[in-house]
Amino acid sequence: MSQAAPVPAQRRPITAGRAILLVLIVGVLLVPIPGFRTPQTHNIVIDASQFEFSPARLTVNRGDIVQVTLTASDVVHGFFLDGYGIDFRVEPGTSQEFTFTADRSGKFRYRCSVACGALHPFMIGELVVGPNELVWRASALAAVAVGAMLLHARKRPSA
Amino acid sequence: MLLSRAFQPVAMLILLAPFVLAVMAGLLGTSAGNRNFGIVFVWIVWWAVLMVLLVPGLGRVWCTVCPIPAPGEWVQRRGIIGGAGRLRTRGLRWPRRLRNMWLQNAGFLVLALFSMVILTRPSVSAGVFVGLIGVAVGMSLLFEKRTFCRYVCPIGGFIGLYSMAAPVELRVRDAQVCVDHREKDCITGNDRGYGCPWMVYPGKLDRNLDCGLCTECLKTCTMDNVVINLRRPGADLAKPVRGNRIDEAFKALIMLACSIIYPAVLFGPWATVKEWAAIESFGGWLIYAAAFLIATLVVIPGLFWLAVAGGQRSCAGGLTVRRAFNEYSHALIPLGLAAWVTFSVGFALTNGSYALAAISDPFGWGWDVFGTRDVGWTPYLSGAAPTIQAAILIGGLLFSIRTSLRVGLRHDPSGETTLAATAPIAAFLLASTLALLWLYLG
Ligand code: SF4
Ligand SMILES: [Cu+2]
Repeated sequence: MSQAAPVPAQRRPITAGRAILLVLIVGVLLVPIPGFRTPQTHNIVIDASQFEFSPARLTVNRGDIVQVTLTASDVVHGFFLDGYGIDFRVEPGTSQEFTFTADRSGKFRYRCSVACGALHPFMIGELVVGPNELVWRASALAAVAVGAMLLHARKRPSA
Repeated sequence: MLLSRAFQPVAMLILLAPFVLAVMAGLLGTSAGNRNFGIVFVWIVWWAVLMVLLVPGLGRVWCTVCPIPAPGEWVQRRGIIGGAGRLRTRGLRWPRRLRNMWLQNAGFLVLALFSMVILTRPSVSAGVFVGLIGVAVGMSLLFEKRTFCRYVCPIGGFIGLYSMAAPVELRVRDAQVCVDHREKDCITGNDRGYGCPWMVYPGKLDRNLDCGLCTECLKTCTMDNVVINLRRPGADLAKPVRGNRIDEAFKALIMLACSIIYPAVLFGPWATVKEWAAIESFGGWLIYAAAFLIATLVVIPGLFWLAVAGGQRSCAGGLTVRRAFNEYSHALIPLGLAAWVTFSVGFALTNGSYALAAISDPFGWGWDVFGTRDVGWTPYLSGAAPTIQAAILIGGLLFSIRTSLRVGLRHDPSGETTLAATAPIAAFLLASTLALLWLYLG
């Protein structure tokens, strides 16, 4: 911003403000968000067809065990899960079963990993493993930072 | 090197080669986009390099080397490196009413409406580039210089807009030297180079928007007054906007709106919307197109207008709302750019591995030039990508807020009205960021 001259009289409130800001940011980034309940087991049938997964969005909690039965209803499809490195392929009329523990929280997209036509790169579903810490922390951080910048602007001494 | 006549033409020639290959692959190669060099190299590799590295890092540098206007420029100049005397063009001046970004806005929206098809059908993608080259050649024959680049190219529009956030600029060292310099070789051209092909007068250049970094004025300036500077990123953004540039404000709004719509449509879980966007049914596409245009041209600009008006009302800052809308629209630029970087990073990390196969087998005919044809598809960093994306978005948001505060402080250096004028704009920016965060991570 502009070449602000030093203004000793204003230093104290700004410093106090900075301390509060620091506490807020540390809080937003580090306060543990507890899991909600004891781990459950989910039995989920995911069907792949051109160009969608059904269901297209799944929600589980961290620590849950996810048993997937993957089917394909038209052509060969795949199932790649971001962040988990899971990758399976399924022929139409057959099914693939696999199990994993949802031990990382956040949103992870599952994507078709076998080229299946024009929209194949956009054949995408979402697995949300709650509590979705990243999105909450990022949102809170954004809000805290914006608030701090505005308040700091208000404290800007009149020239 | 920049001072050599050969620099720009040679760079364009070098890039023309993969570009021609991409167009040929698009027209002749496999219709499977992910196996076709024309899709993979344009929409995965080029797009990522452009939006993640070139525009944020070097501004308009793509325009220095872009092959799209090259054939037209060479036809017009009757030569590639050195021109041969008289130009081959009617040399018409672009109509005054069109000397703005509206055509670029419209062109971008048309491409955006068909983007699902362009992104997935190699022949359509190739057709778009053949079309752009055709228009550029035609315009070179009719109109003076780079009229196409400056006023028509839909890609040049957003590159120019976002180049204002870049840490690099071409400027004159001392504007007074230009004022005193009667000959103004940078405008007229001389035996060392052409007069500015972008119809810009370097002596008055104070922002990157219209400077195509073609390097001609570095060559022609006899006073050695033109330089390329490193600078604070975003140095152009808080500068006063000269004249009425609602076109430019809309460029920023359209780009921000698209940066929210794209991840929702392309990466979201809503298959029906994807099918509409891909014109699987014409009626569906019409719904999609209508919603898209209403969002980009009415809803997002309307909300921003309300934010600006609300801020002006409560601070009584003495600006007309229209003026404030113009000036504060620059605050949308860092966040919009960050959102496009976020989008492009996600797309490139997920699909970048296709490039290895496509470079060995550009047409999808089974060639194996570099032995990488059978490299499978593997997303890179799929676990870390969301954190990277969140960081980029928050960085862009803060940069945008800072820009809005700087604009506010310029209008009222006492700072007393800054908070009132900018708080609603900050709320708009924060809401846009939250929408993006929840689309990517939520
Ligand atoms: S030739 Fe150089 S000094 Fe003369 S007006 Fe152009 S930029 Fe300025
Ligand atoms: Cu598939």
